[in-house]
Amino acid sequence: MISNPFMSPAAAPASVPELDEDQLLHVSLGPQHPSTHGVFRMNVVLDGETVVSLKPVFGYLHRNHEKIAEGVTFLSSMPFTDRLDYICPLTNNWAYAQAVEKLAGIEVPERAEYMRVITAELTRLINHTAFVGFFLGDMGAWGTALMYAFREREKILDLFEELTGARMMSNFMRFGGCRNDLPAGWAAKASTLVNEFPRFLDELENLIIGNEVLIARTQNVGALPKEALINGGITGPMLRAAGVAYDIRKAEPYGIYDRFKFRIPLGTTGDCYDRMMIRFLELRESLAILRQALDQLPEGQFINPKSKIRNFKAPVGEAYARIEGPKGELGFYLISDGSTNPFRYRIRPPSFINLTLLEDMCLGLDLADVVIILGSVDIVLGEVDR
Amino acid sequence: MESPAPTTRASSPPPAAGWSLPGIGLLKGMAVTAVNMIQSYYRKDRMTTVQYPEERAPISPNFRNFPFLVYDGDNMAGLRCTACSICEKECPPQCIYIVLDRDENGKSLKRPKVFDIDVSVCMNCGICAEVCPFDSIYMDGQYELATGDRFGGLLFNKETLARSTDYHAQLRPLEAAEVAARRKAEEEKKLAAQAAKVAKAKLEKEQKELKAKEEQEKGTGA
Repeated sequence: MISNPFMSPAAAPASVPELDEDQLLHVSLGPQHPSTHGVFRMNVVLDGETVVSLKPVFGYLHRNHEKIAEGVTFLSSMPFTDRLDYICPLTNNWAYAQAVEKLAGIEVPERAEYMRVITAELTRLINHTAFVGFFLGDMGAWGTALMYAFREREKILDLFEELTGARMMSNFMRFGGCRNDLPAGWAAKASTLVNEFPRFLDELENLIIGNEVLIARTQNVGALPKEALINGGITGPMLRAAGVAYDIRKAEPYGIYDRFKFRIPLGTTGDCYDRMMIRFLELRESLAILRQALDQLPEGQFINPKSKIRNFKAPVGEAYARIEGPKGELGFYLISDGSTNPFRYRIRPPSFINLTLLEDMCLGLDLADVVIILGSVDIVLGEVDR
Repeated sequence: MESPAPTTRASSPPPAAGWSLPGIGLLKGMAVTAVNMIQSYYRKDRMTTVQYPEERAPISPNFRNFPFLVYDGDNMAGLRCTACSICEKECPPQCIYIVLDRDENGKSLKRPKVFDIDVSVCMNCGICAEVCPFDSIYMDGQYELATGDRFGGLLFNKETLARSTDYHAQLRPLEAAEVAARRKAEEEKKLAAQAAKVAKAKLEKEQKELKAKEEQEKGTGA
């Protein structure tokens, strides 16, 4: 029997015939890149084309990150956080730095806060443009949208290389600030990029939004009611696409986000189309934040001079810090016993928790929709498996 | 009051029902690709591909790859590393292995006997360079390190890691100049302190001698 308590009556099949066990088809999607999202496997049971059951299988990319972190110093975990969600390392860095700062009570200088906001919002630009590219790839638009997105992403990654020394594995934030100051002329380059970015967004929107094939394949696919999403702990663009105005930048402003004027875009139905559109709208809001931050960027210290690099010890206690990552609420929970290593190190990864309702979203739909729905969740397996 | 939040459906041009004017959206998208294709023949900023082995994109001065050790002067004797093992402790994937050199009495010679970095494990994070208090380890910009040797080809030892200060100055002029200036100032300070110490000792000695002489004179006088 197909039973999906969240499925809206309109989308559910009109009559559900009794299933014949012999007629069911078991398909193992993955683990070799079921879409373009990494080593993730879905055990799907099909009745004809209709999904009867879907069990996600993950752990292929498990790297023991949380346990390793207990064995190395606080600072040594920083480069490992780059590898969680490797599309957006700088927000991971920020979340971890914030957790340690909360634990040890370290103040962050003003300039460092601005640098963090700028790098985090640039990271959001990367994530959302890459998402659109991958999402179109899932639908069979091989390469075109992805290459356009990656062309722009590469410009931002060049900025990151100049600032942090590496395109993706940035290892940039430190407890109490950032590792190094902005290089000369960096802010001007970033401003140029921010000013040119809307033109690319218009181009990308023209390329895909009106496309009838895209609309036919994404609208009214994979929608869940708000209550189900909230109960499932879903955060980020997926939740906002369903019309819930929940953004940690507004709900619990961290850093200096309360100084900027920006809006939270909202979706209406929460289907795959809304999930894609919400990213376009968030890109525009990110650009607004970036413009304000680059305008207001003050002079000063990039790191708190009192913070220690060598032999850093956090006081006994525990702390949980969370930020609005590009994929949702990214949290770090730390317990310290007063030594140089964390006693317990736990991550709340948005992609992993956003995956929990995957089966509910897919039940009763066709096999071809499964890949689109998985794409719309926007997962990165580095973060799901840790 | 802020303007109301934008919503997804409001900004999407076609009606949700779709297919009212079939193909218009598709054609619009294809126009974008056509424009891009034509532009890719004459617009310099659209030609983003670098033909790698023949040409190379310049690396930024901040770019970091595997670490190297710096020595002062002309040879390995001037290696700045004192084998303090701070980098070994802080290294996230634990790829540094250091053994302190000792003389026959077991006294530390303040230099590494073994300094190995397993480059196949190293993750280019740059924490070793950051924590080093002796300005001795820095991140390199060399990225063509592939080797066919599976056993030990990527295990770099002291000799293969060592680079001169000139190499550092060429790679990162700003950083190297700052380090050189700081080290020079420290050296001068040290020298000055030493000179002052010597002068003080000399002065004390003279005073002592003078005193002894006086006492002697007193003794003979009495």
